[in-house]
Amino acid sequence: MSTRNALWLVCVGAIGTGAALADDSPGLGQELTARELAAVDFTIMPDGDGLPAGAGDAVTGRDIYNQNCLACHGENGTGGVNDVLSGGHGSLAGPKPLKTVGSYWPYATTIFDYLRRAMPFQMPGSLSNDDIYAVTAYLLFVNDIIAEDAEINAESLPLVKMPNRDNFVWGYTPE
Amino acid sequence: MAELDQTPVAGNGLLDRRIFLKAGVAGGAALLTAQAGGVEREAWMKMPGAPMSDNGVPSAHEAHVKRLAVSSQPGTTGTGVSRTPLEFLDGLITPSRLHFERHHSGIPDINPDEHRLVIHGMVERPLSFSLEALARYPIKSRIQFLECSGNSGGLIAPEPIQQSCGVLHGLVAASEWGGVPLSVLLDEAGVKPGAKWIIADGADAAMMSRSVPLAKVMDDAIVALYQNGERLRPGNGYPMRLFLPGWEGNACVKWLRTIKVMNQPAMTKDETSKYSDLNEEGIARLFTFPMGVKSIITNPSHGFTMGPAGPYQVSGIAWSGSGRIRRVEVSADGGGSWADAALDEHVLSRCLTRFRSAWRWDGGPAVIMSRATDDAGNVQPTRRAVLEGRANGAFYHYNGIQAWAVSAVGEVTNVYA
Ligand code: HEC
Repeated sequence: MSTRNALWLVCVGAIGTGAALADDSPGLGQELTARELAAVDFTIMPDGDGLPAGAGDAVTGRDIYNQNCLACHGENGTGGVNDVLSGGHGSLAGPKPLKTVGSYWPYATTIFDYLRRAMPFQMPGSLSNDDIYAVTAYLLFVNDIIAEDAEINAESLPLVKMPNRDNFVWGYTPE
Repeated sequence: MAELDQTPVAGNGLLDRRIFLKAGVAGGAALLTAQAGGVEREAWMKMPGAPMSDNGVPSAHEAHVKRLAVSSQPGTTGTGVSRTPLEFLDGLITPSRLHFERHHSGIPDINPDEHRLVIHGMVERPLSFSLEALARYPIKSRIQFLECSGNSGGLIAPEPIQQSCGVLHGLVAASEWGGVPLSVLLDEAGVKPGAKWIIADGADAAMMSRSVPLAKVMDDAIVALYQNGERLRPGNGYPMRLFLPGWEGNACVKWLRTIKVMNQPAMTKDETSKYSDLNEEGIARLFTFPMGVKSIITNPSHGFTMGPAGPYQVSGIAWSGSGRIRRVEVSADGGGSWADAALDEHVLSRCLTRFRSAWRWDGGPAVIMSRATDDAGNVQPTRRAVLEGRANGAFYHYNGIQAWAVSAVGEVTNVYA
């Protein structure tokens, strides 16, 4: 046995994970508590897995949007300097496709997932979960997908069927 | 100097590639004429040169060789691209300082002591790895290309954009990437039955997130720590990034922070809204990961001016996300006839391969182009074939044949042919 392998065995013994390790792994991963894991887990799945508690509607969402988003994405999600967030419905098969949250995105959960990660652009992480639900509701409302007073929360968001959902195919399918 | 066989092997003056294998081609004429020995010193030979230094920089005379067309979305400074200046480079490795960049919310200033890679989701034991721990794993190293799936997107424009090769095609580069096979870390965490995807998140302000098939990850993905022998540059993911050989750059998540093992993809913004391919019927394809077989003549290319009529070297790069380059053909008559180019010695899987052809330019107008074939038999398509059936504006995964026109006065421009 090489010295390296001997060293690795010592390491594994010291942590005592008891895990079955590949021959070439020193096994240095540290186990985490559920709380530590939750802190770094931002993933939200299309079925709603990962959505936090909280709720909001487009009425409150409008104020939050106008304060935090309008400067870059324009009034009601159009006419800003950055991505267009509303409109374009029915344009995808035409000569000038306009991809927006409303015309293109297949899953409503992606809106919450992305906003919580990345927006507002200059201060990501600054909005509460309630605020993000409300802005999500607002973007769905300005795209004529939900009513202005519809409450968006962990249960209702995954049930929202985006208008373009059925126009996607997968270039890769796992066995 | 050995006599060159200048009998053309394809239309408009393309010469036999074996010219590159013959000795003496590069040898110049006899050097200096007779003069008294040992008298001549250039200015820089008359005193000691610059002091020792602890960091290398390119020659001041090469200061113009920089990343090209650095741009960011309106109102932002780090949400955009910078491109590899392909027309100034030769060989197959891209110097790290010139490696293209594509960021979605700037380059994070990560403290490597505080950074952790967390593996969780459908695993027996969620685990956290420090950089120091990862650096103690056996490192696997490969020389491979990385290409943004938006590379060459400008070629969908109805009229050819008159920009340099690097501006048009510089979202590709090749490096030696060294890191820990992700399969080793996943085995340590113990992947549960039924798992099919991983969701990889970055530690940038946009928390870039992509879903990647578990099969690819177990096959050849690495958590890269090294680029060309040194730790990753900040713009390429310091201190660690996902690297998926042959697959689109965006999925090779930089500043890798978490990997969640799941039974389905997360459908993140950057795998639905962006990096999906819309066709003219309004149907979009998700998860089109591998980069297609492709080649570009880098020299001469747009912006070059030819010297006098005579023999020239035509050189470029070819690559394929599916494997090795088997063959590159070059045409000097706009695709009317083709001749095989010589490939440089290192023909590596999923790496840039340098090709060279000899061409006797007769001083008249010509259209030069290259066409690559990989070892799976995929042949680089024409521009028309690539655009066939695509929606207007669909620019990802463009790998069409590039044509450069040489005018009668020797100016080289971008053309569609
Ligand atoms: C300072 C300008 C700025 C502000 C303010 C801002 N955004 Fe953005 N937004 C951007 C930029 C830039 C991008 C593109 C990011 C990228 O390229 O990945 C973007 C992308 C998006 C996208 C993805 C668009 C698509 O079609 O892929 C959504 C949705 C979005 N922003 C929503 C919001 C919301 C909601 C807010 C307010 C909470 C907000 N933004 C505030 C600049 C801004």
